[in-house]
Parts: sequence; structure tokens; C-alpha cells
Amino acid sequence: MAANKNSDGPCFATIDGNEAAAYVAYRTNEVMAIYPITPSSPIAEWCDQWASEGKRNLWGTLPAIVEMQSEGGAAGAVHGSLQTGALSTTFTASQGLLLMIPNMFKIAGELLPAVFHVTARTVATHALSIFGDHSDIMAARSTGWAMLGAASVQETMDFALISQAAALRASLPFVHFFDGFRTSHEVAKIQLLPDEVMRALMDDTVIAERRARAMSPDHPVLRGTAQNPDAFFQGREAANPVYALCPDITQQVMDQFASLTGRHYKLFDYVGAPDAQRVLVIMGSGAEVAHEAVEHLNRRGEKLGLVKVRLYRPFDSARFLRALPASVKAIAVLDRTKEPGAAGEPLYQDCVTALAEDRSGGPRQPPLIVGGRYGLSSKEFTPAMVKAVFDNLAAPAPKNHFTVGITDDVSMTSLPVEADFSTEPDDVIRALFYGLGSDGTVGANKNSIKIIGENTPYCAQGYFVYDSKKSGSMTVSHLRFGRQPIRSSYLITRANFVACHQPVFLERYDMLRNLVPGGTFLLNSPFSREEIWPRLPTPVQRALLDRRARFFIIDATSVARASGMGGRINTIMQVCFFALSGVLPKDEAVEAIKQSIKKTYGRKGDQIVQMNLKAVDNTLANLFEVPLTGPVNGTGDFLPPVTADAPPFVRDVLGELAAGRGDELPVSAFPRDGTFPTATAQFEKRNLALDIPVWNEAICIQCLKCTVNCPHATIRAKVCQPALLEGAPPTFKSAAARAPEWKGLRFVLQVAAEDCTGCMLCVEVCPARDKTENKRKALNLQPQAPLRLSERDNWNFFLALPELDRRKINPALLRQQQVMQPLFEFSGACAGCGETPYLKLLTQLFGDRAIMANATGCSSIYGGNLPTTPYAKNADGRGPAWCNSLFEDNAEFGLGFRISLDKQRELAAELLPKLAGALGDDLVGALLQSSQADETEIAAQRERVAALKQKLGRLDSPDARLLLSLADQLVRKSVWIIGGDGWAYDIGYGGLDHVLASGRDVNLLVLDTEVYSNTGGQMSKATPRGAVAKFAAGGKPGRKKDLGLIAMAYGQVYVASVALGARDDQTLKAFVEAESYPGPSLILAYSHCIAHGIALDAGVGARQQKMAVDCGQWLLYRFDPRRADRGENPLQLDCPPPKVGVQDYLLSENRFKMLTLSKPDAARQLFAGAQTDATDRRNLYQFLLGRDLKAAAAPSVRAKTPAAEPPA
Amino acid sequence: MDLTTTYLGLKLRTPLVCAASPLSQQLDNLKRMEDAGAAAAVLHSLFEEQLRHDSLELQDTLERGALSFPEALSYFPEPEEFELGPDEYLAHIERAKQAVNIPVIASLNANSAGGWTSFARGIQDAGADALELNIYHIPTDAKQTAGDLEAMYIQIVRDVRAEVTIPVAVKLSPFFTNFANVAARLDQAGANGLVLFNRFYQPDIDIETLEVRPNILRSTPMAMRLPLRWIAILYGRLAASLAATSGVHSGGDVLKMLLVGADVTMLCSALLRDGIQKISVVERELVAWMEKHEYESVRQLKGSLSQRNCADPAAFERAQYMRAITSHPASATELP
Repeated sequence: MAANKNSDGPCFATIDGNEAAAYVAYRTNEVMAIYPITPSSPIAEWCDQWASEGKRNLWGTLPAIVEMQSEGGAAGAVHGSLQTGALSTTFTASQGLLLMIPNMFKIAGELLPAVFHVTARTVATHALSIFGDHSDIMAARSTGWAMLGAASVQETMDFALISQAAALRASLPFVHFFDGFRTSHEVAKIQLLPDEVMRALMDDTVIAERRARAMSPDHPVLRGTAQNPDAFFQGREAANPVYALCPDITQQVMDQFASLTGRHYKLFDYVGAPDAQRVLVIMGSGAEVAHEAVEHLNRRGEKLGLVKVRLYRPFDSARFLRALPASVKAIAVLDRTKEPGAAGEPLYQDCVTALAEDRSGGPRQPPLIVGGRYGLSSKEFTPAMVKAVFDNLAAPAPKNHFTVGITDDVSMTSLPVEADFSTEPDDVIRALFYGLGSDGTVGANKNSIKIIGENTPYCAQGYFVYDSKKSGSMTVSHLRFGRQPIRSSYLITRANFVACHQPVFLERYDMLRNLVPGGTFLLNSPFSREEIWPRLPTPVQRALLDRRARFFIIDATSVARASGMGGRINTIMQVCFFALSGVLPKDEAVEAIKQSIKKTYGRKGDQIVQMNLKAVDNTLANLFEVPLTGPVNGTGDFLPPVTADAPPFVRDVLGELAAGRGDELPVSAFPRDGTFPTATAQFEKRNLALDIPVWNEAICIQCLKCTVNCPHATIRAKVCQPALLEGAPPTFKSAAARAPEWKGLRFVLQVAAEDCTGCMLCVEVCPARDKTENKRKALNLQPQAPLRLSERDNWNFFLALPELDRRKINPALLRQQQVMQPLFEFSGACAGCGETPYLKLLTQLFGDRAIMANATGCSSIYGGNLPTTPYAKNADGRGPAWCNSLFEDNAEFGLGFRISLDKQRELAAELLPKLAGALGDDLVGALLQSSQADETEIAAQRERVAALKQKLGRLDSPDARLLLSLADQLVRKSVWIIGGDGWAYDIGYGGLDHVLASGRDVNLLVLDTEVYSNTGGQMSKATPRGAVAKFAAGGKPGRKKDLGLIAMAYGQVYVASVALGARDDQTLKAFVEAESYPGPSLILAYSHCIAHGIALDAGVGARQQKMAVDCGQWLLYRFDPRRADRGENPLQLDCPPPKVGVQDYLLSENRFKMLTLSKPDAARQLFAGAQTDATDRRNLYQFLLGRDLKAAAAPSVRAKTPAAEPPA
Repeated sequence: MDLTTTYLGLKLRTPLVCAASPLSQQLDNLKRMEDAGAAAAVLHSLFEEQLRHDSLELQDTLERGALSFPEALSYFPEPEEFELGPDEYLAHIERAKQAVNIPVIASLNANSAGGWTSFARGIQDAGADALELNIYHIPTDAKQTAGDLEAMYIQIVRDVRAEVTIPVAVKLSPFFTNFANVAARLDQAGANGLVLFNRFYQPDIDIETLEVRPNILRSTPMAMRLPLRWIAILYGRLAASLAATSGVHSGGDVLKMLLVGADVTMLCSALLRDGIQKISVVERELVAWMEKHEYESVRQLKGSLSQRNCADPAAFERAQYMRAITSHPASATELP
């Protein structure tokens, strides 16, 4: 943590809310049971990092940190730790907090003091959201925990300590919460709490008393009893005095805190006019916004007040009432949650109750009170909205149960908001930066905040908005610097400085709409100051002229290259910002940046430092002002977010979301149950690739390794009659099909140039080389821009070519199978993703009858994060039906699909004979007896079902109508349960195990990246020994769990371990076999990942998979219980014994290699262990392979029908 | 039997030294070398280029994908310290010095002027008994002259010599127009020893994948002919010690090298193939030969068949080559 300290003044640091909470939690606890969940994961990561660095807590000991398998597990472990006397904590949010609730009831019931630090986050309902509101806190409010809410980064640090101290003194557990992202991820300059203050508040006597109450065989007691009607109720009421005392104790702690730090807090803090008539009640970061708005409005003559709720539970009605001014006439209570069906939202209800119960006998009239909702899932909450709430209170009949911040044209709950109202003070420097995830913009801005925080008296705030896509994502940084404390917990809409770090954004986003008149616009552009003007989009030219802006350009990419920095322009753009913004004198700023570079990059080697220093020196000479004298002669309007052929919903709703204008959509634009159309990613032409593969049909051997490995379905093959190619665009290519079965047909390989991410995997895996010039392959990269238009035509022509009849494709032969249409395309996964090729393959094979349960994680984000989805439909309108339930329950969720579908199919099958007279025995018999074992059979069954529906339509009986609604179930559905290793190995393992044991016909696909990828690479039980991961900074000490072996032990589960990049044919076999197996199937799919520390976007994934297999680190095998029926060993090993050791593989991935740089001794030891793991495992499988199972052959226990009896 | 010899001013028990190889990366192996009778051990090379590569790669890993996606703002924990400099190598020297009593010779391959001197100083400070400069350079620039290259070699030796006080050896390739001249100039520049010769990683072709792959072949006794000739020629002409490496696989090979004038012989491929224990076998073979032929000391036989001392000095020069051709039983097209 960067901190600075004046000689005797307070110590400041520029940190975010998560670090602020971690700072206190780490110092004041002894045991931490943790589990990653956004947005709280960084708290645990900080603690783990400090522990790995040997940092001690207040009592000089290293806190014990243990990662659990779920939040439920973390809460259980904390519960146990508390019962045995250690100061214990955990960190969580949203669904994680919900999983803790059972233990939270217990912990509170047992009066065990602890603090859970919660980054308040939306609970998933019609959709998952990672962003902030209080729905999780409110879901936990009945657990009996005290709840203290912080509104800013400073308060997060302060309240982390206050809650810790109050919990011990009150003997009650506290939830300390602060708003997810808005506070947890906001970087601000705050005063650090000195250790002396923490020590003063953490009362040793109280801690000793607490320890004395801990369970011990030295003074044994019994807790957790079961009680009967005669005792429970009284016991429950016995704790009342503890709750009654808690508010007073908390206030005493706050008062003591104030005496030590000068920062005063009250359980209910009042701000505003002492004689206010209209008062707003609110908690969380919105309180800061309201504070700013109230002060602003009162300066304009209003008499408004604000009550900031700090201690939400126990709700101290008396203090709440005392906080209200006597003059109050009308109160609005804002809740950042929604409780459908309730009489009002929770905080509102508490306030209403307090007022209704007010018997203080004061002379005042009971004030009017209304409640409203705001800010769900981090929806912007601005001073204009605060004003709207006060305006509502001033109305003759104020709207109750209103919403603010959206346009509700369905239930008409929303308040009108004045778009132009702003409280942004003029003396605050406000800057917006648009960058690409990979260009270091956010890092540079975080660094700038630190520099300014540490070198000036300025207060500083940084907030960062990220993309929901992982490849080619845009980041927007919002930075404020001012002399007064910054309470503006909302995005900047009036910037003095706007910087566009990537020229490609110009054609798509209206970045200048937030620039104030006379503001500065900085553009990174390859064009010179003389060339740039006519190359700007017309609206950009107009905005610059209208605003009389100052316009600067720099060719940062060239400066970066010249400085040896490759594509990283962060330092250069940072220097430009300092040069233009005037926050610091230029020379001082440059010196500060250089110092910061030495500090930031020093430990990564002097070379990096020198490159960055060179970049600083090269920047100012290349920064130019462009005079605004040109005519309005730009390149035209902004590009539309979706293509012109998009359906209306995609264009009008999803397109607006994609364009960043979703906030402007009204309620009526949205489905009420969270249902969205599929096949929508095709309309977002993201044009991410700088270079795309170009096919050389003369060299190509038509093996289709390119298509099977392509993570984005942007390179595809078809075969067709030559006549269909007549009228093809001039540059459209084809070749004679090489497969004997397709003699006379033309083979086409086509790239979707505008959807390709340029990940290079296809080029890397292409085995066909030019015989005279080895470096040329059948696929070679060429710049995308010159090819964009011609390839767009070619792609559209390709799409219009008919798909080959699936009955003519042998799905067991990769070079044939790969012409099947992918029904998963253009996802927002990382460029070069190792997971998505498996999903694409799945949809090619079974997509037209697949129903998918997807555990939360990467695959649910690139699969189902708005605005668009990669899941697609074929020409018949069929395609995967997809749903995400939760992280932890996915196997059970998918099993539910199977049970439901089987039941409906069974009912249909029961009805068919009853209606045989009308339907015909032949049709009924064929429908019931169809094996549906292959595409031909499935197509035939579909035809029968179509005939059935036609006949049923003519029948008028309850049975016929019932059967009509069930008829489609007669076509076999393929149930897929999909998730990552975090789900399968850890949080969802119990359910997965149960589903495997169920015998039901479900297919479980585990996309094993060997870490929690989506939350940033935390260790899972799939992490191999020696890998560096979050929570395993010293290398994972233990062996990877062998999930496949566990599943095989059931004997009735089909199990396969595959690595597509190593052996695509084996992967294909496994998918086909798994799907055809009439019981549970488990596929463990090795998925290379950005969290492996590999150059994912340079196409190395397949190579890494092959290395992993070649050295025995990853085994390829298939375990098919059907083989046992034939007297064969069900296990087949599909990889030869390793000829090389694992060391070379380990050193080829930085997740392992970096251990040699951080802990060389541990690396040596763990790498040796990794070799032992691989050897032992191979030997074990070899042993299993050698078993003679004929003697032991027992009658099959596998499910032969979908209705197999589940275990009791 | 006196097997002692002096190399780089270091008095050694025998002329059997372990050459730089991956084996010396592990302390256990160094102990086993000592136990097997090695008189000294050269550590694996510290490669400056590798350190720079590691640094850039680490930076790339820590930044790739970071600060792009709200749920995963980073993908790796960032320890406060990375051992990106030579620290681990230097610590290895220190540990090696504590683990064994035989001299420990460090090996350095730098690729910048500052790198050679600063790393050399670090190596000395870490306690190495001597330093071997592994000047691994494949010139491909047609504009660079032999003179330029040789001057660069000489300068490196001068710079390092000025920086450290421990003995400095230079491990060289044979690819010089006039090796004798280069050797003499390195000698004058202050090199305390020449190690002849370095065997580079040479590219190979995988005929299945049609890819070029760097590959190292273990030396065979054939490889010793080149150092044998040059040691024979240089013996007695330089102040610097001479170490023979490449193709030394048996006691006989050691003898040949000593006879032409090597102060020590360095073993690598033989140990990789037959195990570290091979050193004791080689020593026994050496002793057996000396006993059989009634030699009392290594000193006695050292250089006795060098160009200067042998009966047929021309045998080490081109004439010998001509004779080999003419006396070869097969046709002249099948040259050895």
C-alpha cells in the first residue's frame, strides 16, 4: 500500500474500499475463512497476499487464512473458529452472503462477536448481476446480526474498525457493508488508521473475556442444543438485553473513535438545514451523493435535510427520531433494494414503524413519509435524482413507492429527473479516459491518482467502468481531483478533460457528449495534426467546434514502440494527461511519474523501468494541439451498435445496451421474466482483430483443425454443389472437396472477418504448409482493415449457402463433423479462450436438441451476459436453450431438467396408446419405438412428431390437447450441465456427486481451467501442485483432485478426460459417446486460460494442451461402462506413456514459472512433486487398465431407461 | 601417484573438472561430484538474456488481461519481491560454497557491456573461486567483421578482468579465422584460462512437423579432436591455463588431453549419460594407465605430446590433414 505521512500529521493513502476493509480486517483478526465472490474477492486477496509476505496483525501474529469450498463452508469454518475463541472473519457478497445465512443465524443466536465485511451486491433474481445494491444485506437482516453501513472509502476503513470493536463489546456479530463496486472499487485518498488507534479500540479485556467463553475441554459446556416447545421461545427472548445495549455500545465506540481520529459518526447522522421540512433517509454510498446535493440545494436557499443511516440493525428508533429535525414535514426513505409484494421496502418500513410508534409526545405533527427505490445493481444515483426525490416531497400528493433513476412506463413509479441539474463544483478537475482493457489505461489512472494523492493536498477519487466482455473490452476511467472532500459517488458527466486512448473508439462512441465547453480532448491517433481533422467522425468535429474545445493528439502507439514498450501506451497517455490537465506543474509531474515508474516496475526488472522512463521522455515532443479551423467534413455518423438487419428487439433494446445507452431504456423495453432471444451475438460486429486468417485453398488439406480449435466460431467450413457457388463475390474461395464421400462437391472455408478476435489459434494449429516456403501455411494472417468489406460480402455469401444435410455427415470423423453448423458463435470470451471450442463442438453435435444448465462463471458470463448471447439457432429455428441458475446448484438444476423432460416424455408415451385409434398404430408404434440413436433417426422422429401434431390438431379431446403440448418431448433432448472447475470440484461438488449417482441421462461438461477464472484466478481443488494462483501465492502445495477417478468409482458413470488442443479426434469421440450413454456422463475438458500465464491471444493454447498431455500432466482417457457389458475393461487410455518430464511444460506456463522467480526453493520442491503426481497417476491408471474385469463382471447396474430409480 | 594440477592458479587434486551443465543446478549433484572425485565444478551459466526475458515475460503475465473485466482485475497474486536479477544464481554460488570443499567456478553469459561487469562483480562477491566467461555469440550480420568481433571478445575480457580479482577463464568457440591469434590476445587481455571449446546448441529439423528445433546432441569422443589439436598448438605459448572440454568421455580421453597440454579436462556429456559417478571411473582409468606406463604425476605427462614437445610437430597442422586423406583406406570423398 502506498502511503505518505507528514512529519506529525495523519497518514494518507489512495486505496479502494476493498483494500480499506482488508487493512483493518487483517490487523484485527486471527482466522479468516475465505471464498472468492465478486466484488469482495480482492479483500481476501489482499489478506492472503499480506500473509504470504509475512505481515503480522495487531498482536504480532500471522493470521491463518483458509480458502473454503463455498461461502457456506467459509461461514461454517468461521462459526467453528469463533466458538473456539479466535478472532475470526470472512468477506463476501450477494449469493455468498445468502449461503452464509444458516450459520449467521447460529452465530448471532450464540452471541459470538465477529465481523463479516460485505461488498453489498445484487442478489440474482430474473438475472445475475455483479453490481451493487442492498438486496443481499436485506436478505440477511433477519439473522440477528448488527449491520453497519459505510458510505465511502474512508468510512469503509473507519467502520471496519468500529464494527470490530463494537461487536466484541456488544457480544454480537456485525455485518459491515459498503456498496459493491461503487465503494469497494472506488479509489480514494483517505486517512489511514494508525495501529495505535486500532489497538486502543480493540479492548484486550473484552477479548480475554471472549476467549474465556470459548469452548474448551478444560471448562466444558454444551452449545447448539435441540430445544422443544417448552424452552425455545424463552431462550430466544433471553438475548433481548444484548440487542438493546448494542446501539449504545456502538455509539460509545464511535465516540471513542472520534476522540482518537477527529472523525465523528453517529448511528444516524443528520446533514442539512436545522429547520428542514423535507428530509431524505438513505444509507450506503447514495448518502454521499445526497449529502452533496443537499448542501448544494441549501446553498441555493432550500431548507432540506438528510439522515444517513449508519447502524441499520439493531434499528434504534429513538435515535432515528432524535436525528430528525423538529421542523420535518415530509420524509422520503430511499431503499437500494426491491422487496416485491412487501408493504414497502425494508428501510422505509423501519422508519414508518419508528414514526408510528413515536410516543415521545413532541408537539410536531406526524410527518408524511414515502418510500422509493433507487440504484439497483449499481444503477447511477446522481444529485439530480436526489433533487427529484425532494421535489416529489414538495408535491401536493407525493408519489409513494416510487422509483428514481429509471423511466418506469409500465407501473408509472418513476420520478421525473432534471437532466441538466448538476452539483459538480467548478474547482474539481474531472477527467474521463476511454481505454482498451489491454492498453493499461486503468492502471495508469490508478497510478495518477496515487501520484496526485501523495504529492499534492488534493483529494482524489477514481472509479472505473469495465466491459462485460472479456475480449477487446473498453474501460472508462472517471477521475476527480479537488481541494474539498469528494462525495460525488456517481459517474462524471461534465468532464474538463476527455481522453480517447484507442482511435477505434472514435467511430463508435460519442465520447465528447460529456465534455464541458472549453474542455480538453486528447486523442491517441496514428495521424498527424495536419491529417487528423477530416478523419474524425462528423459528430466529433461538430462537438469539438460547438464546445470550443482544445484538441490534442499524440501517436502514442508509435511512441510506445519507439520506447520498446510494444503496444502499451499507458505511461505515454499518463504523461499527456499531466501535461494538459495542470493538476501538477509539468516538470514536477514528470518527475513524480518517473519516481512512480521506478517504484511500480522496479521489482519486475530494470529493463521495464528503463523502457517506461524512455517513454516518458519521448512523449512531450510528440504531443500536438490541433487548431480547430477546419470545416465540418468528417467521415460520417457513428457506426450503429448492431447491424442493420438485426430484428427490432435486438436493434432497439440490445443495440442500445451495446451502445452504452441502456440507462435510457424504459421499463417497458424489458421482458418481465428475464427471457431474452438467442442468436444475437451475430449482430454485434466488433471488428476486434487487427489481423485475420486468410485461407490458401491450394495448400489446405481440409483437416479442419482450424475450425474445431477456433474459440469464436469465426472460421467455418461448408461443402456444397458447385452450382451453388455461381454468383459468388469475386474474392470468394473454394476448392474441390478432398473427402471421397464428397467427391464432386466444393469445399469452402470462410472467416467472419468482423467477428474474428485475431487470436491466431487457427493459424497455429494449421498443419498444412507450403512445400516451397515452409513459413506459409494454409492459413496466414493479414491485416483486417483492407479485407473488411470484401470479407463481409464473402461471409454473407457463405452464410447463405445451405448447410449439409446432417444425415450425410459422419459425426465420428472430425473432417466431416466440422461442417456441422456451430450454434455457439462470437462470444465475448477472451481471445483464444480454451473453454469455448468445447461448447461450440457440443452445439455442432447436439445443439438443435440441447438444453443447458450453466453454472455461474466464465461460461455463464460469455454465454449469458447482456447485451447479446453467442447461443444461436439453425435455419429451422432450433438451438440450445440455456439457463444459469446459481454457482453452487448447477448439477441439481440440470438434473431437474432431465427429470422434468423424462416425466413429460413419459406422460406423452402414456397418452399415445390411448389415442392410437385416432392417430394410427403405425405412427404411435414408430414414435414409441424410435431409437433416436443418430441424426437419421432423430430426423425421422421429428417428422413423426410433426405428423402427430398435425393429427392432434384435428382432435378435440383433453388427452389430445395434453399430448399436443407434450409432443415435442418425444424427440430426445440432450441435457448438458456445464461449468468450470470451481463449480465441479468445489462449490457444486456435493450436487455433482449426487447427480452422478442418480443414474439419470445427463451430460456434465467441466471446463477445467484449474482455477476460478472468472473471479481472477483463485485456487480451486483442480489447481495442480506448484501452480501459482490467488490464495496459493507460494504455489499450490497439494495434488490436484482426481474428479474423474472419483466418478469412475461409481461404475455406472461415463467419464472422459479430454484436451482438444492435444487430440481433437479423442475429444470428438468422447462427446459422441458421452451423449449416447444412457446414464450420467462426465467430461473433464482441459481448458487453457489466461490465468495460466500464457500468451492466450497469440494462439498458444493448443500447443500448451499438447505439452500437458505429452508430459503426462493431463491424461486422456475414456471410461465407458458399456464396455464392461462386453467383457472389456471400461477404461481406455488415449495417450501414450510420457516421453518427457513435466518440468518443460511447467516452465512454459507462467503460473508455474513465476514461482521460480518468487520462491525458487519452493518451486524446485513443488515441481518435483508435480512429476511424482503425474507419474503416480499414470501408474494408477495403467494399473486400472491392466485389470481383468471378465471375472468380476457383474450385471449392469446402469440406467437403461431415463426413469431409473434415483438413490434414496 | 600425484594427480594434482593447477588451473587458473587453483591447485586441484586431479585434472578432472565438471563442466558447466544443468547438473550443477542442484546442490545434491555438486556434492555427488565432489564425492565422485571431481577436482572442481563449473556451475551452469547465468544468462543475462534469460534474466531480461524472464523480466519481460513476468511483466506480460501480470498485465495480460488485467484491469479489463470487472470480476477479474488481475489473474495472479503479486509477491512483493521477484528474483529477477542474478540473486538466485548468486545465492546458489553461496550455497555451493558451503556445500562442497572443491573450488566452485561460476559461468556467465551476458549480452550487455554493463551486464558482464556487474554480474562478474556479483559472482565474485558471492564467493566463487573463479569465473568462466561463456561468450556465446553467433554473428549473422554480414557487415560485422572478424576484427569487430574479436575486439568485442577482447574488450569483455579486459572489462571483467578490471572488475574482479578472482581468476577469469574464457570459454570459446573454435570459429575464428586465426584461433592462435585470438587466444594470444585474450591471454594478453588478462584471461587466466581458455576453455576449449564451447559446443553451441545447433538447430535441428523435425521432419514430421517440419519445424526447426534447437537441440543439443551430447558430445561423442569424436568431438575431442578439435580441442586436442588446439591445446597441442597453444601449449607453452600462453600464460593462461588450458582446459579441454568436448568429447572427454574416458580416462584415455583425459590422458590424450593432458598429453597435448591441458591443465584440466572438463566432463559434461559423459556425466549426463553415465551419471556423476562416471568421474571416479575416469579417474581409475587414468590412474591405471599411469601406473601401467609408470608415470608418477600428471605434471610429468602434461604437454609431453604437445606440438612443442612431440616428435612430429607438423602432425598438428595441415600436413597431418593431407596425410589423413591419402592414408585413409576408403576413398577421399569419405573424410572423417
